Amino acid sequence: MWRDALLIAGKDLKVEFRTKVMVNQILPFAFVVLIIFAFALDTSPGTLQKFAPGLFWLAVLFSSILSVERAVAIEIDDSAGDGLTVYGVDPGGIFLGKVASVFVQLSLLEVVLTLGVVVLYGSKTGGWLLMIAATVFATLGLSAAGVTYSQLAGGSRAKHTLVPLLLVPVASPVLLAGTKAWQDAFSASSSLGDPWLRLLIVFAVVYLALGAIFFGSILEA
Amino acid sequence: MESNRYKWVRRVLGVVALLLVAATVVLGLWVTPPDVVQGQLVRLIYVHPPVAWVAYLAYGVTSIGSILYLWKRTRNIKWDLLAASSAEVGVIFTALTLITGSIWGKPAWGVWWTWDARLTTTALLFVLYLGYLALRRVPTDSHRRAVRSGIAGLVAFVDVPIVHQSVVWWRTLHQSATVLNATLSPKIHGEMAMTLLLGFISFTFVYAWMLMHRYQIATMEQRALDVELEQLIEERQYEPEAGSALAQ
Repeated sequence: MWRDALLIAGKDLKVEFRTKVMVNQILPFAFVVLIIFAFALDTSPGTLQKFAPGLFWLAVLFSSILSVERAVAIEIDDSAGDGLTVYGVDPGGIFLGKVASVFVQLSLLEVVLTLGVVVLYGSKTGGWLLMIAATVFATLGLSAAGVTYSQLAGGSRAKHTLVPLLLVPVASPVLLAGTKAWQDAFSASSSLGDPWLRLLIVFAVVYLALGAIFFGSILEA
Repeated sequence: MESNRYKWVRRVLGVVALLLVAATVVLGLWVTPPDVVQGQLVRLIYVHPPVAWVAYLAYGVTSIGSILYLWKRTRNIKWDLLAASSAEVGVIFTALTLITGSIWGKPAWGVWWTWDARLTTTALLFVLYLGYLALRRVPTDSHRRAVRSGIAGLVAFVDVPIVHQSVVWWRTLHQSATVLNATLSPKIHGEMAMTLLLGFISFTFVYAWMLMHRYQIATMEQRALDVELEQLIEERQYEPEAGSALAQ
């Protein structure tokens, strides 16, 4: 399963490297989201600085919808996913590979977005250990839930409207916990014992397990 | 065809549900006294917690139906139809939970809506199961739909404990659990407690009655689809003969 996961992740990243959808489309989208948040809120540095963690995770959530849809779409086009099944690739491996690929892409996006909130919103950073741990588990959870739901809706014509409807309510604890964990990280009493980090770990573990268990059945359907 | 026994059980259930709801209305509006603190507003307690309980119960049944379909040993399309029927009724009761909560919130808190954890997570639960129902409406064959929605229903149910625990996790201004609190010592007594209990029972009967109706419709829809499919296959079997007749 792990070998299959590595192969799928490598393949997806290679496809991404060649097509550059993340760099050419998703990243600019995330950037424009950061800008329009400033239009919707007061543009004074104090306000944007205060809401920077929440706005960051909202931008990540919106971008993750595009990213997971893309990860599943490349297998649906030309029935490529059927080919993987015929070759006997482990479904759990396909799931973990897709999650790994989305995780890498979202992590890179988050690095750029972090620079964005620092530069555009004048956001403070700090508590790096908690900030990185929270970001890793939040991204893992988002990727796992996203790939699962995107595959569930993947075969349908209504996938572009269904995926956000299915994913956003499920991923809302990530948005909440990610925001709170970042706020805690920026405060003086930042520690890895943060309860929001624990929530993010639980979310990531639960959705990784559910995805790995059910992905085979989803692919069959 | 619907069996006579099923029809009979459903009718009895409907009559019992109606009588129980009528008794809850009489006890809740006229017999029980107003609350010392909340006054007449307390009468909503005989409706709001019972409909919330039914929403949870409905989603629980959806999850059980989903598991029974996904498990190959017990796989039967009836479990999927039961899960879907229960989810639809659950969505209605979740909407009722939000509406009755809002009606209570305006005089109690001064606002129709507040960003209380339990309110917010109930609203999310509502959207979550709307998503489940939307997924079910995607045109595909019965088995695929059952597998997809079964998994979606099960994954959505993971959110239910979060809703229930959220009041403990986030400690907000929502009233803490009145009956099932940590010490299991109810803070409500006498005829008010009896009326609340009756509310729980009567709305559970209403749920069972609605579920039976919805399940019956779902079964008939499924049967209509099967008949249509059989007809199409039959027509297809005669096609070559029709084609050769035309050629002659």
